[in-house]
Amino acid sequence: MVTAIGRRAAGEPWNDPDARPYVELRRVTKKFGEFTAVDDVSLKIYEREVFCLLGASGCGKTTLLRMLGGFESPTAGRILIDGEDVTDVPPYERPVNMMFQSYALFPHMNVEQNVAFGLKQDRLPKAVIRERVAAMLEMVQLGEYAKRKVGQLSGGQRQRVALARALVKRPKVLLLDEPLGALDKKLRERTQFELIGLQDKLGVTFLVVTHDQEEAMTLASRIGVMDRGTIAQAGTPAEIYEFPNSRFVADFIGSVNLFEGRLVEDEPEFVRIDSAELGGTILVGHGISSAPEAALWAALRPEKITMSRGAPPQTDNVTRGIVQDVAYLGDLSIYVVRLATGKLVRVTRPNTARHAEPVERDGEVYLSWDAASPVVVTR
Amino acid sequence: MRRLLRRLEGTRVSSRGLVVALPYLWLIAFFVAPFLIVLKISFSHAALAIPPYKPLVVWTSRSVLEIRLDLRNYLAMFAHRLYGDAFLNSLKVAFLSTVFSLAIGYPMAYGIARAGARARNILLLLVVLPFWTSQLLRIYAWVGLFKANGLINETLISLGVIHQPLTLLFTPFAMYVGIVYSYLPYVILPLYANLEKLDWQLVEAAQDLGCRPWQAFYKVTLPLSRNGIVAASMLVFIPATGEFVIPTLLGGPNSLMMGRILWDEFFSNRDWPVASAIAIVMLLVLVPCMMAYLRIQSRGSDS
Ligand SMILES: Nc1ncnc2c1ncn2[C@@H]1O[C@H](COP(=O)(O)OP(=O)(O)O)[C@@H](O)[C@H]1O
Ligand SMILES: [Mg+2]
Repeated sequence: MVTAIGRRAAGEPWNDPDARPYVELRRVTKKFGEFTAVDDVSLKIYEREVFCLLGASGCGKTTLLRMLGGFESPTAGRILIDGEDVTDVPPYERPVNMMFQSYALFPHMNVEQNVAFGLKQDRLPKAVIRERVAAMLEMVQLGEYAKRKVGQLSGGQRQRVALARALVKRPKVLLLDEPLGALDKKLRERTQFELIGLQDKLGVTFLVVTHDQEEAMTLASRIGVMDRGTIAQAGTPAEIYEFPNSRFVADFIGSVNLFEGRLVEDEPEFVRIDSAELGGTILVGHGISSAPEAALWAALRPEKITMSRGAPPQTDNVTRGIVQDVAYLGDLSIYVVRLATGKLVRVTRPNTARHAEPVERDGEVYLSWDAASPVVVTR
Repeated sequence: MRRLLRRLEGTRVSSRGLVVALPYLWLIAFFVAPFLIVLKISFSHAALAIPPYKPLVVWTSRSVLEIRLDLRNYLAMFAHRLYGDAFLNSLKVAFLSTVFSLAIGYPMAYGIARAGARARNILLLLVVLPFWTSQLLRIYAWVGLFKANGLINETLISLGVIHQPLTLLFTPFAMYVGIVYSYLPYVILPLYANLEKLDWQLVEAAQDLGCRPWQAFYKVTLPLSRNGIVAASMLVFIPATGEFVIPTLLGGPNSLMMGRILWDEFFSNRDWPVASAIAIVMLLVLVPCMMAYLRIQSRGSDS
């Protein structure tokens, strides 16, 4: 997976308590009647960031974005952009622009008129408008389509018109609702990089909504994982992947093996968890803060498990099982291993050598992992 | 085998041909033929006969077939101010009625299109509800409201707003009220059908790009509802031009319109040729309007 940590938002402003947030949500809640679509969300986004809101369909991503755009007003909470409280500012006076999920291009105008619309609204001189529109269309490679009606464009071209129309106004923040959702897979991957390139060049802060975790990993400086109206965790793609704070996040991003258990040794440098599901103990190479008797889970990523036919040298973090299923995906293979307890464990292995030690279905294997690999989550 | 197939194909084409021909047959039987008959009568001259006009084609002696095209009816229309005035008046009344109907109907259609699904159905029902009673009855109801001792005057007097009854009946005002009231559903329904399809996210996009709500309306909603406006205008303008009942029952003696003249020529004067000539001229004015309408419509659906 490609991630872009540290490429944007110079430094890591989210780790700097003095850094000034560019967009700030303070305890924002949105209710539709009895239904709470966004539930007490607080969030800080910094200048030049690409922040991705990632979550399943219906978890409130669009609603959150629409509140930033000014199309919904929060039931409670405040919204600040560049230090200014915009909670009660109407959309046409906010320093943000939105790229709608359906693109919302004006069908009665051609490409050029669509892109120029916002600038004309600002009453800029004609020459300036013409110049900026032309430059923008060049940037999204639509120069030769300026006079086309939007109805005559392909999906990818429409997407770029929508992007150009929003970006040409040089907003402080660009809100993108599933910007690549309507494109097919190949085009989507290419467009992701174009989007990053544009953002880099223009230095606009992006807030992107998506339900596609790969897209979020590729685009984001930070990801906010949403779950039923709340932000379950916000962090860099690597943080979210390597240190998920809950079973939900661990499971939502990539795939994970979860072993339920309880603490049997609790030291500052390591902990040991006894898991009935595993049929043994798991040594975790870092301390945790948890109530001694509380239920907890050790989360172990499939690629962090080593599989071998012979017994590994280590004594901790080893178990045995029978290979129940093998899926060959080309670059890697996925193995499903059944432990003696009946628990199914997922293991992935890159196919680096063409004739690696073959592991066949129904073969017995040892599974082992490093003490640094498991992450303990308490909810 | 191949021959059989070809024969089958042949019958299929002919039955399809029939389907295609049906609308044309309909048009010929109920539009072209009557039009030609009216056109023929318009070139004749009134006479005491049955039918009450002179034949266009006569056999004279010695086998000469004489066709007489009498242009007097048309010339008379230019000779007498009455016709020209009535004609202009008709167009004026139709135009103003269209403007008033749109001014009232557009906000109503807009409101219905933006209402919730349940409210929307009830409102639409209310719009078409008047259709369940005869138009004549509804116009008479307005007479009852407008007359000197009618509901409006009585109410205003009993409230002490006025002391003498207002002259409402037989005024242009009453006539416009009657026409706008009668044609309002024909404005609301096509406009509603159009606005209901409008993607409201386009309006949001316009606001996002800096438009105040009224600017977004003017730059997005209005242009995108052009087809609905054109359709609604035609549905009012064309029948209002020839409207007869409402001006007669509600309008004053000054509101002389083509429909009224047509009626008088036909029934009081029994001058079918003049009445026909009037009808033809009206058609010649209205058909270009229709053509323009169809062109705008088809251009609209291209985009
Ligand atoms: N205008 C609205 N009225 C009522 N419910 C709404 C409205 N907009 C969104 N919702 C509800 O709020 C929830 C979140 O919607 P949304 O923000 O669109 O989710 P997402 O974009 O994450 O798929 C959904 O259950 C949706 O039905
Ligand atoms: Mg959405």
